[in-house]
Amino acid sequence: MILLISKHEVKKLVRKKSLREAYGRELVKAAKKDSRIVVLDADLCESTMTCYMEQEIPQRFFEMGISEQNMVSVAAGLALVGKVPFVNSFSVFTTGQPYNQIRQGVALPKLNVKIFGSSCGLSDAGDGATHQSVEDIAIMRAIPNMTVIVPVDAIETKKVVRAIIEYPGPVYVRISRTPLPILTEEDTPFQIGKMSLIKDGSDITIFACGLMVYQVLRAREILTDRGISVRVVNVNTVKPLDREAIKKYSKGVKGVITAEEHSIIGGLGGAIIEALSNQMVRVERVGIEDVFGQSAQTHKELLEYYSLTPENIIEKAEGLVKYK
Amino acid sequence: MIKMIGKSNFGHERVCFMEVEHLKKSRDIKWLKKMSKIIRVDILEMIGVGKKGHLGGSMSSADLVTALYFYKLNHNPKYPNDPYRDRFIFSKGHSVLAQYAALAEWGYFSKSELKKTKTLGSILQGHPEIRTPGIEANTGSLGQGLSMGVGMALGGKLDKSNYKVYVITGDGELAEGQIWEAANAANFYKLDNLVNVVDNNQLQATGQIKKRYDLGDIRAKFLSFGWKTFEINGHNMQEIVDVLDSVDEVKGSPSVIIAHTVKGKGVSFAENNYRFHNAALTKEQFKQAKDDITNIEA
Repeated sequence: MILLISKHEVKKLVRKKSLREAYGRELVKAAKKDSRIVVLDADLCESTMTCYMEQEIPQRFFEMGISEQNMVSVAAGLALVGKVPFVNSFSVFTTGQPYNQIRQGVALPKLNVKIFGSSCGLSDAGDGATHQSVEDIAIMRAIPNMTVIVPVDAIETKKVVRAIIEYPGPVYVRISRTPLPILTEEDTPFQIGKMSLIKDGSDITIFACGLMVYQVLRAREILTDRGISVRVVNVNTVKPLDREAIKKYSKGVKGVITAEEHSIIGGLGGAIIEALSNQMVRVERVGIEDVFGQSAQTHKELLEYYSLTPENIIEKAEGLVKYK
Repeated sequence: MIKMIGKSNFGHERVCFMEVEHLKKSRDIKWLKKMSKIIRVDILEMIGVGKKGHLGGSMSSADLVTALYFYKLNHNPKYPNDPYRDRFIFSKGHSVLAQYAALAEWGYFSKSELKKTKTLGSILQGHPEIRTPGIEANTGSLGQGLSMGVGMALGGKLDKSNYKVYVITGDGELAEGQIWEAANAANFYKLDNLVNVVDNNQLQATGQIKKRYDLGDIRAKFLSFGWKTFEINGHNMQEIVDVLDSVDEVKGSPSVIIAHTVKGKGVSFAENNYRFHNAALTKEQFKQAKDDITNIEA
């Protein structure tokens, strides 16, 4: 079920695959089966990879120009006449720019609009802070009726596309620009509202989403060597959050760590702490420390600069096990 | 049951069955004027005494809403989800009282609901929501309804369905940049099944648009965006029904009807008075307003 990654094998086993490529291809597949699906893009289809939809089913692909507010409200209109619109741009531009259009036009009436935030987090490294989303999960999570999903790899991305079509109501999906290691298999279950246990352990539980799941697995290797047993949970649905699972996985451990490529305010870490607010457990957060991103030559450089690294996770874990 | 056959939007026979015996759709101007008086009284009753309510814009759009619901729209309260129905979006959602009145007259919900408007738990919210029978989109935060209309019109084209989408925007609302994003999209996608009616009452909430935040030549703007433009007196029922038929002839581009209206129309002290954009009425004002509406020449 779960790709078995034993000690010291994490690095050499992983194949990396593009999530946006998987998304673009899966979307076309789904659209061929379901005529309700329509796709809107704001002049970034060659980055979001909805260009495949334009090539294969042009009549159901709508170029909306660089007008994200209009794009979201048009999607609302399409949903109101029975379509299943997929709205696309970078995550900064599908969450921040049309915030009120999502709030009033989509979320309040619970319309069947699927919002994709491509190039999420720091993954658009070169373009800098204006193009890097550090608060998109927080924004979308705060809106009532919204579902927030962060796929962990390309395989899970395809499952997400299939699942949200059958899931009525507004959904926000954030996907990375950077190809990510494949951590799941075709038959790994994915269910909206459930999280998946990737590795079990008894000292520390780490809840992570998106690319941080891999960073956590790397940290886990070293921690295992140092005698610390780590449980790793992939929180692919940040909202609705499976609170029972969080409590279950946090019981009996010496501490909990959250890890996300997002601000420590309002994202996965915030959500986990909310869920554990009445539990006796120490929680450490790994995330971007309430600052904007910046340009860099590679995504990796930024991950290191903002301490979204195995080293930081190891340090937090070792700190937690010291407490009695 | 009355079977009505009227002029169609698309040259086909338009058939509408109505369960509400006392109502019909008609081109009879005298009757339509009578209906608009009923709508205005309903609006006034919803606002009542001592409670704030959007009187100005509801009254300025009352004749337009009347003509849409009682003459033009292909709709049927018995089949509110009919995929072929015409859609109407009140983008200037604060004027929804006029729409609630029309929907109640049609029997989308009981007239007794009108009294509960804006009270806790009511199906009639301060701004339109689709949970209310007959309401097609959530609006209120201005500037979004025209884009939603673009989406519905695109959907209609995609499905080769011949319904039409009517949107009422306010002239004050045209300050929203998104309106012009929608204007561009509607023209680009050649949405001749989309009609934007501008309730051009020349007042924004805080005063005269010309002085507060001049929007310039609205017609020229829409023209430059590729729209077919029409201009009418938005309180002349004959002109309204005529222009609603004229836009049916437009092919290949969206239409805008700039309807010159008077904010607060029908209520003497509220006419052209921005203070009654959203105001509470005293007992005396309420009585005066009712008398004024009753005395409107039909």
